[in-house]
Amino acid sequence: MAERRVRVLVGKPGLDGHDRGAKIIARAFRDAGFEVIYTGLHQTPEQIVSAAIQEDVDCVALSILSGAHNTLLPAVKEILVEKGAADIVLMAGGVIPEDDIPGLKKSGIAEVFTPGTSTETIVGWVRDNVTPHA
Amino acid sequence: MSLAERVLDGDIRAAARLMRDIDDRFKSAVEELKTLYPHTGNAYIIGITGPPGAGKSTLVDQIVAAYRKRDLLVGVVAIDPTSPFSGGAILGDRIRMNRHADDAGVFIRSLATRGALGGLSRSTMDVANVMDAMGMDVIVIETVGVGQDEVDIVSTAHTTVVVMVPGLGDDIQAIKAGILEIGDVFVVNKADRDGAERTARELTTMLEMKHPDEDGWVPRVMKTEGSRGVGIEELVEEFDAHRTYLKESGALQRLIEERNAKVFADTLKDELFESVMSAISENGTYQDILNGLRDRSTDPYSAVQKVMAESAFT
Repeated sequence: MAERRVRVLVGKPGLDGHDRGAKIIARAFRDAGFEVIYTGLHQTPEQIVSAAIQEDVDCVALSILSGAHNTLLPAVKEILVEKGAADIVLMAGGVIPEDDIPGLKKSGIAEVFTPGTSTETIVGWVRDNVTPHA
Repeated sequence: MSLAERVLDGDIRAAARLMRDIDDRFKSAVEELKTLYPHTGNAYIIGITGPPGAGKSTLVDQIVAAYRKRDLLVGVVAIDPTSPFSGGAILGDRIRMNRHADDAGVFIRSLATRGALGGLSRSTMDVANVMDAMGMDVIVIETVGVGQDEVDIVSTAHTTVVVMVPGLGDDIQAIKAGILEIGDVFVVNKADRDGAERTARELTTMLEMKHPDEDGWVPRVMKTEGSRGVGIEELVEEFDAHRTYLKESGALQRLIEERNAKVFADTLKDELFESVMSAISENGTYQDILNGLRDRSTDPYSAVQKVMAESAFT
């Protein structure tokens, strides 16, 4: 039987225009052998979820630096659930205060990475926590 | 319900999963494709090719918008290269077209080449077939950024569009063999840039020297500015003209027959290779051959002839 290639969507929800981090993560995922669907800036939660479903990704990784994480991340999770795609792992990275992380995890964000995290750590986390769809 | 039945039922997740199974070469996908096959052959397939950075994705975005204005359902297959080192890929064509993501009348799928060399992935035709079975009226296939010789799109699309931009080379480039021979429509994108006029003229001259198709289609050179949507309506009208020509001249029937023959031949090649290779690997013949080649007691030609002689087909 052929093997699954891990597919990850990397995107930036909302209005902040800084995508350097997202690009670095996308590149690290590429070098780890994943197929990365990069959707670019200024995505609505609806667009992100539709793209994730059409691309049949195993994981959605969102970069967010605007401070709107408490609104946007749970919104993405909610739409994933609504569209029957709760199995897609949702993770995030960016400027996110430690105090907000427990709340985000409670609303279904699997992991949150803050500034200074190495790309190895993030790639390793995906390897350990994301199983490609059977 | 099987994936194929769910696809025919309009289930988006099932379609996306089946495309994944096809791309990952799951055996089960073959069974699903068998079920879908009678429901295919209705979509009009447009291939967009051209060098990296020519603006292919932006043009695709505009073409999708134009067809949506006509209330047609549109599928997009966008291909980007796989890393030869890690096997990973960054599929970035969506950046230009993701505004259509939450339009239920559009389905976009990004594929990585996974080692294929002709500008497409191996799975492209089958993924397009799934979109066809989903009821898409138009399917736009965007190749990887190509150089001179990646011409597989011709045997996949009904209308092949070659996108060029000003400033890529002199008029000798325009008379070389390869992608410039395959266009049914040529586009000079970024037409607001210096040299656009000249590029269009050189392409036109090149096309004038070409022997016309036996049925008389003469490719035109269109100018567009993808980012502003300039020239898109005219471009889509040119697609209509080519489609009408294909139907009325009988060229479409020929195209379909050539394609069917090619798909059959490719599938046969794959299957034969796989079954022979696994048989000789299992019974040890393969290792014997490798040993023979190492000490030069046999040669590759005799070894293949011997294997063929032992199989049921010769």
